[in-house]
Amino acid sequence: MRIVVDFDLCESNAVCMGIAPEIFEVRDDDFLYVLDENPPESMRAKMEESVQRCPKQAISIAED
Amino acid sequence: MTPTTVIVGASLAGINAARTLRLQGQLGPIVVVDADPERPYDRPPLSKQILTGEWEPEKILLPAGKEDLNLDFRLGTRAKALDLAARQIILEGPTGATETSSFDSLVIASGASARRLPDTAGIAGVHVVRTLADSLALRAELDAGPSRVVVIGAGFIGAEVASSCRKRGLDVTLVEALPLPLERILGSEMGQVCAQVHIENGVDLRLGTGVLQIETSSVNGVERVRAVALSDGTVVEAEVVVVGIGVTVNTEWLEGSGIALDDGVVCDNTLLAAPGVVAAGDIARYPSTRFGRTLRVEHWETAIAGGEAAARRLLAEASGETPAVFDPIPWFWSDQYDRKIQLAGRPMPTDECRIVHGTTAEFRFVALYGNGERLTGVLGMNRPRHVVQLRALFDEGVTFTEACERAADL
Repeated sequence: MRIVVDFDLCESNAVCMGIAPEIFEVRDDDFLYVLDENPPESMRAKMEESVQRCPKQAISIAED
Repeated sequence: MTPTTVIVGASLAGINAARTLRLQGQLGPIVVVDADPERPYDRPPLSKQILTGEWEPEKILLPAGKEDLNLDFRLGTRAKALDLAARQIILEGPTGATETSSFDSLVIASGASARRLPDTAGIAGVHVVRTLADSLALRAELDAGPSRVVVIGAGFIGAEVASSCRKRGLDVTLVEALPLPLERILGSEMGQVCAQVHIENGVDLRLGTGVLQIETSSVNGVERVRAVALSDGTVVEAEVVVVGIGVTVNTEWLEGSGIALDDGVVCDNTLLAAPGVVAAGDIARYPSTRFGRTLRVEHWETAIAGGEAAARRLLAEASGETPAVFDPIPWFWSDQYDRKIQLAGRPMPTDECRIVHGTTAEFRFVALYGNGERLTGVLGMNRPRHVVQLRALFDEGVTFTEACERAADL
């Protein structure tokens, strides 16, 4: 799976970072950085939770 | 026969309850009722991107509302009464016709409605912002470029509406009855900071001032707002007035039903209100061990978590499993001008408030709230990373002093 963030929508609420800090990091510049765009399958539940909980619906999972 | 669930409320809590029931394998009918005729949508943009015109309504449809979950939507339909013993609910459809719907389990997520000023019904130019229709009606008036907008109430909705109006280049007067904005939520020190944010952004802020009267004039036979008379004796001319003075819970249909009501639906610590009946979202009042009192939380994230928890509670009841306790850390954000305010926890305004990062002068800081040695709140202004990291301290059970030390290391 591949994590896709729509940075036009993202407003750095950092909810995803609270769920999966290994994948999502909001830095001191207030921007979100995706640390691993292809997280292991073991992270799927957390990725789906991040998609659901994003207040801006800015995260999606692509299956390539 | 497969059991039927009725969910009253198709907003965030209701739709997430429906989604959870389906994904966890409930096969029977799920009827989702809402007085609002619109497909389920997300409310936070109503006071921001929808109002500024940056987004169109299509963009705020809730993803769960678009999924194929085989839900029986009854939109534009109001719950009128509940007969708990008969397991029936009376519904009033868009045409005014009533029908009786039977259920095996019920999710109460009928939410809340915006409070209005007395004696202002029918006055053109006076708005609230709660539904998509509200937001679009206000937007249409803002599009016309009013000379001044008066916003009554400097809570989160009022502050965001004021911000959106300023983004559109409109003159704004923001009226607050309390001496400081958000004082009852954030305390006076942070209320002062929030007041300053409005002033820096060119808002005419009137604190400690109530509203005496909405003055009107008749334009082409329509009674329309002309000015707002304030308790300090001043009169502010305004073509548009927005009232943001909080909400009242939508519990009328539950009165006399046997469901316990107390500014919300009284639930146990698993969101159960009666056998087979759960509540979630703005309407649910539940006992919080974490904060030592009952809470009714109007936050976006609590609506999602509550919807899911309420659905799981019903499933646990059916399967005989031990239900999970619902006691999340309340968290919300509010975007005002170029500032993002985030609060995790539930401080009392009298709690100690300590700045642990940044300064209020640069409007970029983190403050912690404590009651004795109990950590009660994490407040950030343009510090999302710190808030999310410090929020985790609630579950680590650290003392207020320790939390302040940990915050300094971030």
